[in-house]
Amino acid sequence: MSIKTTNEDLELSVLDLDADSPKAAHPRLSSLDTLESEAIHIIREVVAEFEKPALLFSGGKDSVVMLHLATKAFWPGKVPFPVLHVDTGHNFPEVIEFRDRTVERLGLKLVVGSVQEFIDSGDLAERADGTRNPLQTVPLLDAIQRNKFDAVFGGGRRDEDKARAKERILSLRDEFGQWDPRNQRPELWNLYNGRHTVGQHVRAFPISNWTELDVWRYIERENIDLPGLYYAHDREVFARDGMWRAVGEVSQPRDTEQVITKTVRYRTVGDMSCTGAVESSAATVRDVVIEVAASTITERGATRADDRISEAAMEDRKKDGYF
Amino acid sequence: MSTEIDTARAAALLDEAPLAHASLFRFATAGSVDDGKSTLVGRLLHDSKAILADQLDAVARTSADRGFGGAGAAGIQAIDLALLTDGLRAEREQGITIDVAYRYFATDRRSFILADCPGHVQYTKNTVTGASTADAVVVLIDARKGVLEQTRRHLSVLQLLRVAHVIVAVNKIDLVDFSESVFREIEADVQKVGRELGLGADGIADLLVIPVSALDGDNVVDRSDRTPWYDGPALLEVLETLPAADELESHLESFRFPVQLVVRPQGALAPDAVAAGLDVEGYRDYRAYAGQITEGSVKLGDKVSVLTPGQAPRTTTVIGIDFAGRRLTEAVAPQSVALRLADEFDVARGDTIAAAGTIREASADLYAALCWLSPKPLREGAKVLVKHGTRTVQALVRNVTGKLDLANFQLEPTTTLELNDIGHAQLRLAAPLPLENYLHHRRTGAFLVIDPQDGNTLAAGLVKDHPGDHEDERYSI
Repeated sequence: MSIKTTNEDLELSVLDLDADSPKAAHPRLSSLDTLESEAIHIIREVVAEFEKPALLFSGGKDSVVMLHLATKAFWPGKVPFPVLHVDTGHNFPEVIEFRDRTVERLGLKLVVGSVQEFIDSGDLAERADGTRNPLQTVPLLDAIQRNKFDAVFGGGRRDEDKARAKERILSLRDEFGQWDPRNQRPELWNLYNGRHTVGQHVRAFPISNWTELDVWRYIERENIDLPGLYYAHDREVFARDGMWRAVGEVSQPRDTEQVITKTVRYRTVGDMSCTGAVESSAATVRDVVIEVAASTITERGATRADDRISEAAMEDRKKDGYF
Repeated sequence: MSTEIDTARAAALLDEAPLAHASLFRFATAGSVDDGKSTLVGRLLHDSKAILADQLDAVARTSADRGFGGAGAAGIQAIDLALLTDGLRAEREQGITIDVAYRYFATDRRSFILADCPGHVQYTKNTVTGASTADAVVVLIDARKGVLEQTRRHLSVLQLLRVAHVIVAVNKIDLVDFSESVFREIEADVQKVGRELGLGADGIADLLVIPVSALDGDNVVDRSDRTPWYDGPALLEVLETLPAADELESHLESFRFPVQLVVRPQGALAPDAVAAGLDVEGYRDYRAYAGQITEGSVKLGDKVSVLTPGQAPRTTTVIGIDFAGRRLTEAVAPQSVALRLADEFDVARGDTIAAAGTIREASADLYAALCWLSPKPLREGAKVLVKHGTRTVQALVRNVTGKLDLANFQLEPTTTLELNDIGHAQLRLAAPLPLENYLHHRRTGAFLVIDPQDGNTLAAGLVKDHPGDHEDERYSI
């Protein structure tokens, strides 16, 4: 994340004339600037109205963009809340390293909820399929309760999934973290109602209205640093469930699965046991922007085994308290 | 497993980088039960190529499971486009849409955010929600049914919320054999309702009527040759070219900036109070007011009024427009920035910075139109919370002064408002708020009514002038 910290020069305005609207003699913000301003407004509202917010930070691109927006929202002050990571124990090592480096550089406090600790203590059982994504809910709620977080920022976007398309920007959760899709508050104008009772908390999704392409265009424009596995690299992989899986400690090929080296990148970065890579030669952020604009498959469809379990996989996880 | 590439799509989105400057356009769709709204939305997304292959495959599988389109159907005819927008399990099981869903698509001219508002359960809640942020609303009418009470309700809500563009799509025109006379009759009815409501009378809203077939795609993305008697544009053409609400309002010399936070890093007194990489010494005296411009624009050197509720406005000058290390010379709605002012006033969250001399003192008497969105009715004497801008205050409901009768768009006397009612009320606030007439200030004229017990949103509120202040006493909803 490189935010310019010089304040010597007066910059030209970011405004552009919208040439497509003959009626408009006045400047309009570009769609990316509009989305950025909306997200910053939401982040500032949550900080102003809640006692103890935290930001979910996994090192994935959406959470990195969220942290970048937070640094811009409070400049020249520091980001006024800690970051929270639910570590499945199956994360890519380079992502954990990126997480720690980023947190240190920005001088932030990191709170980690560990799936492994819950499994070790017997409070969570490993699933037969080895996937740990659905197991994140319990450590997440535990961390929220222990730290008394009353608002948790997430990088969820409505274009990701059918259920997310229906979730509010401020999403009220009960004592069990559950989302009740049939009983959501209307979200009117830009007035966000975050009132909650004891035991309830709110999930806040400031980049709800961004698409995958918006996120990548923003990463390009703002020159935001990401874990290297978002860009094309050679990796030992094997095919499973129609996806390329990385060979790693927790992700071992079966006897029938042949290991080969491919040039791949990741479109999403999650638990190694259920996140697939895509064949790609996109080695730079510009290449990725072009690839995303041209892609004929959604990011979750291409890379997430856990969302293929059923048509309503995400909805079911969210009702149980998931992100 | 490889990322399949559609280079034509990439070129359309990226070449000449039109999207880099393309503006955002927000629109909502509203309709009644079974008028084919989900199909229309699915058609827009499909024909604008916003549906990706895996989504289409999933919908095609479900359509086939249910025998959609019959045995002979093939290709797009065999796909139930409505399934593209149904997000929740109950919606797919019951074949209905429950809640507002947001969809995203882009053409080479614009990026769109679509709020798809279902028509039957809690219809006012959903329509008000979608319309509150929309530049345009597409209202569906079934060509076989014409204007229904639901249509009148939708149009009255859109007039109340001052939605800039109302587009009525007369759907299922294929089922009336593309009949011009059927269309013209509905068009005349719609224009009559528009006139009764005064839609467009303030010079801002406009009303367009388009014949479409969502099922077959006529006049949705491309103009149809099956409606030769219609020489207007297709729906998507309209959406691509209409000016957005903030363009229409950008001529207003009414800069408004509700203060969200005071940015004052040395307030923390810690050596690491500033962002990484900054020298704390350079920001010892830094003090700025963070917020989002709700209306108008501001330039360096502009004279502004700072309104702290309970005090007379104070005038000062803008000496800095900061955004994350950049110093701007001007900013415009809806930018989020931080303003520095020449005078060291005590400015806090809840205060409003406005173009000098354009804002009146805060008031504790609130006259408003309310869209009642809760099953819990409003009664006189109730204590509620009012959330306006960056402030939330307690309020007493003194009188409910009337309720809208959809038959004639007149106010009828009442003392209570129930779910889906639109009415007028008078409230007494526990502390003054910088209230502005919604007719002239859509952001600073809007508020929420909140239940102090469970925190739920009870109503969408629109500030009206005090009776007596107003030169025009004629009722307008």
